[in-house]
Amino acid sequence: MGITLDKISKSYGKIKALSNISFNVKPGELFGLIGPDGAGKTTLFRILTTLLIPDEGVATVAGYDLVKDYKNIRNNVGYMPGKFSLYQDLTIEENLHFFATIFGTTVEENYQIIKDIYVQIEPFKHRRAGKLSGGMKQKLALSCALIHKPKVLFLDEPTTGVDPVSRKEFWEMLKRLQQTGITILVSTPYMDEAALCDRIALIQHGKILEIDSPKMIVKHYPKPLYNVKAHNMYLLINSLNHYEHKHSVYPFGEFIHYTDSRKDFNPDDLKNYLEHENLFHVEIETTTPTIEDTFMELAK
Amino acid sequence: MKRFVGFIKKEFYHIFRDRRSLFILFGMPVAQILLFGFAITNEINNVDIAVLDQAKDATSKEIINKIAASKHFSIIDIIEQESSIEAIFKKGKVKAVLQFDNNFGSNLIKYQQTTVQILIDATDPNMANTINNYITAILKNYQSDINDNVTLNYQIIPKSRMVYNAELKSVYMFVPGVMTVILMLVSAMMTSISITREKEQGTMEILLVSPLKPFQVIIGKVFPYIFLSVINALVIVLLSIFIFNVPVNGSFILLGFESVLFIITSLALGILISTISATQQTAMMISLMGLMLPTILLSGFIFPISSMPLPLQVISNIIPAKWFIIIVKGIMLKGVGIGFILKETLILVVMTMVFIGISVKKYKIRLE
Repeated sequence: MGITLDKISKSYGKIKALSNISFNVKPGELFGLIGPDGAGKTTLFRILTTLLIPDEGVATVAGYDLVKDYKNIRNNVGYMPGKFSLYQDLTIEENLHFFATIFGTTVEENYQIIKDIYVQIEPFKHRRAGKLSGGMKQKLALSCALIHKPKVLFLDEPTTGVDPVSRKEFWEMLKRLQQTGITILVSTPYMDEAALCDRIALIQHGKILEIDSPKMIVKHYPKPLYNVKAHNMYLLINSLNHYEHKHSVYPFGEFIHYTDSRKDFNPDDLKNYLEHENLFHVEIETTTPTIEDTFMELAK
Repeated sequence: MKRFVGFIKKEFYHIFRDRRSLFILFGMPVAQILLFGFAITNEINNVDIAVLDQAKDATSKEIINKIAASKHFSIIDIIEQESSIEAIFKKGKVKAVLQFDNNFGSNLIKYQQTTVQILIDATDPNMANTINNYITAILKNYQSDINDNVTLNYQIIPKSRMVYNAELKSVYMFVPGVMTVILMLVSAMMTSISITREKEQGTMEILLVSPLKPFQVIIGKVFPYIFLSVINALVIVLLSIFIFNVPVNGSFILLGFESVLFIITSLALGILISTISATQQTAMMISLMGLMLPTILLSGFIFPISSMPLPLQVISNIIPAKWFIIIVKGIMLKGVGIGFILKETLILVVMTMVFIGISVKKYKIRLE
């Protein structure tokens, strides 16, 4: 009842959107597709929801073949496209009832599944969808995608353009949904959300860079990572970038994440160099890599 | 079935919540029929003309009086010399000048014939023609008056009778045309826009990833417009009956059936347009340029097909509106039954089937 992909490729003219994508999503898993804009996430979603046919490769969704059994897939998946795709001139309630009806069910029958999410927007159920806030739109879209009790749920960048509080709530909802046994494939450009998935696939330029659990992925980070801090951020980045032994330099909050190209790197050497470059209050300490660090390293 | 009903319900929500479209939908037929009926007319009334009477004799005076008495002309200026004719035309004050020369009356007596010069501003050729005909008619009338007691040896007297529209009312010609244009516009443009709107909003993506079958989506989309178009057709027919006294000589029910057939033809065209356009803008442009113009220009609505160059006559055959106008004129004005418009009806049926066939074939069950 999960998802399997075997060597899926897709091109738009000369542009290769996806090349040789293979992975499995286990039944009941919350699987994240992590990558920047233009990585091929939406194309992959459209292929898995039978909206596009891959040029090469085979895939199954909920046990059905992508091309041959596309009608069965359409009966069994819920899909929330990246762009808000509900009827703006219909109210919350009308949208929900409409999607329940076209899937041959009723809101009452499956209310239990969406209750958790729907109660939050129910007070506004007579408001038109076009007049909702980003967070409310997203909750409505999720309710509509869930109302027919799908076996597999596809969420294409559900939290893009949503405020941090709503984002956090949304992921809590996903976690609770997962408890009901539903398989969820979700894509996001936010690395912090990746940590909440069971497993993630890092994707860039239509290629999978790495697939593993968020914990294991950061363990694959090949080098010791250092937090570097000084009185002047701008000067610090410049100096680090000019340092002959640097391997990578990325700003990360109030720190710079730094790796060195030498095996026998001594942080004191770097400190000396930086102080020589007129930087004060230089602090260097080791830190644990995040998914973002891993992504940047793999994407290098 | 329940899915289908749910879908149609949603479509009606869309239609009734879009106030502007709704206004166009029902306001336009009324506005158009009133415009065509009242404002746009081929008859002429109270055309301003001037007279240059150099003869000033009994005959010329009598003719001038006759013209002044007709409701078609009003003489607003009497000019004295030939040189001011050009000036008065340039000012645009009059449409025609009637010029009697010095010997007008005396020639008539001397030679039994004389001439009168009619100068007409032909910047609007149709109007110039009509003015010419009207003045000639008045002169002929006068001629037969003065020849009352003279019998010519050989005479051919044309006796024309205008059938089906004895008073030559132009509204008789416009009603079938306007009805055709409105039905075409509402059905084809509105459906193509409403289908492409789903594509543009991204909701088509969700509809595709649902168990709804393509034909259910399409039928669900067009069904409300069949309903609305029938109401429109009814409004147009009622307006023409009660305001312009256009008769419906044939069967009302037959007219209804033929209208529904034409509505379905137009809807099929609308679906076809939506399958080839990605945005509402494109759909609207194609509907307007690709459907409205041929419907108005090549269907025989305004310009008679028989006087078009041959290539255009051939093209006019593939325009559904041409056949529908023949049907409507037949039923409303001539009062014919189905037997006389069978050919036209069959042509519309075949066209509809072809359009639907192509659209079903072109309808995408996926995004590409």
